[in-house]
Amino acid sequence: MLNASNLTCIREERILFDALDLDFQPGDIWQIAGANGTGKTSLLRILAGLMEPENGEVCYQQTAIQKCAEEYHQDLLYLGHSPGVKSELTVLENLKFNLQLCSQDTEQCEKLLEQVDLFGFADTLAAHLSAGQHRRIALARLWLTQAKIWILDEPFTAIDKLGVKRLEQRILEHADQGGIVILTTHQDLSLPKSRYQTLTLERIFS
Amino acid sequence: MNPALSYRQAFNTILKRDLKIALRHRDDIVNPLLFFIIVITLFAISVGAMPNVLMTIAPGVIWVAALLSTLLSLERLFKNDYQDGSLEQLLLSPCPVFILVLAKIVAHWLVTSLPLILLAPLLAMMMNLHPDGYLALFLTLLLGTPILSLLGAIGVALTVALKKGGVLLSLLILPLYIPVLILATAAVEAATMNSPYQGHLAIIAALFFASLITAPFAVGAALKVSTN
Repeated sequence: MLNASNLTCIREERILFDALDLDFQPGDIWQIAGANGTGKTSLLRILAGLMEPENGEVCYQQTAIQKCAEEYHQDLLYLGHSPGVKSELTVLENLKFNLQLCSQDTEQCEKLLEQVDLFGFADTLAAHLSAGQHRRIALARLWLTQAKIWILDEPFTAIDKLGVKRLEQRILEHADQGGIVILTTHQDLSLPKSRYQTLTLERIFS
Repeated sequence: MNPALSYRQAFNTILKRDLKIALRHRDDIVNPLLFFIIVITLFAISVGAMPNVLMTIAPGVIWVAALLSTLLSLERLFKNDYQDGSLEQLLLSPCPVFILVLAKIVAHWLVTSLPLILLAPLLAMMMNLHPDGYLALFLTLLLGTPILSLLGAIGVALTVALKKGGVLLSLLILPLYIPVLILATAAVEAATMNSPYQGHLAIIAALFFASLITAPFAVGAALKVSTN
């Protein structure tokens, strides 16, 4: 469904990865691993279409993602390093905006907040919440979204143990329904080993 | 599958969000306005009791103050969104980027320039502007300040990823502001001398429509380059 061919990424005159071929099929969970600075985030950004690779291309259903941006973005959910939460808005307003932007209906917002343990915080300004709670606001979308491809950059950062467990459960559920999940994390996933693949990026010395 | 968000819905969603943020974050509204008032007041005080001198320089001073106050407020247009990651989310949303950008620029104009336009007649009185110049001043500000916001947004989009883009931003967009400034002050001056200024106004209107049509696309492209 989503594949990348011959990807090369160069940052600050250093080759991060070179001639990378990837193929993501429905039901796949991919963990991108590797030390700091090996290009995990760059790879995710290239896959999401936020960054242009030096070489190679990313195709969604056999079409280059630049050419089918609208469809691709409709089917894509990307969560970056920063959660994209506005501290001037309340939890509920943040969530509603995120959903509206992806043309999701906003009636079930309260229920979503329950999923991420933010029930009762609906009308609190995001500025008064912790980093973990910010991330939870961003993650709440995962329980409603119809996007098939999830690209999550360090989704477990600042999330407590119970939260991580629930999130992993949700990721598994999504993959079982035929979705694709691509994520980076430094922790080991507690999912069954047969259920996910790991791609380890190595540092290239040139 | 949900139907894609219509352009108008997307526009309204962003506009509402940005206005809400601006209203909760009062600095965005108060600072440029305060700057505008202070500059003009200081001019009126420092020139002293020479009503004729004030009258001559009034159009220029008011317009320069409006231009600088817009310039001051521009950086906030994309900076916060860039820093907290919501800009990426906007760029990845299914609706075209130019709609989102246009909504953000309109919100910015409503928050920073509209109060300034409403306050301008009061300050014009302080600057002893000729009574015939008021309408021209109002019209040039109404047509001219959106140009400043639209063109400025291109510069902001190009410099949003830089740590200290402020100086570069002024260097980039001030040259683009000069024609608007010249035309607008010339129009107001012409009006005070009771000669026709419709020609100037027409050119400003043309500039407005040209930038309204082209700037959102340029900003979208610039944002993609900046976030790369």
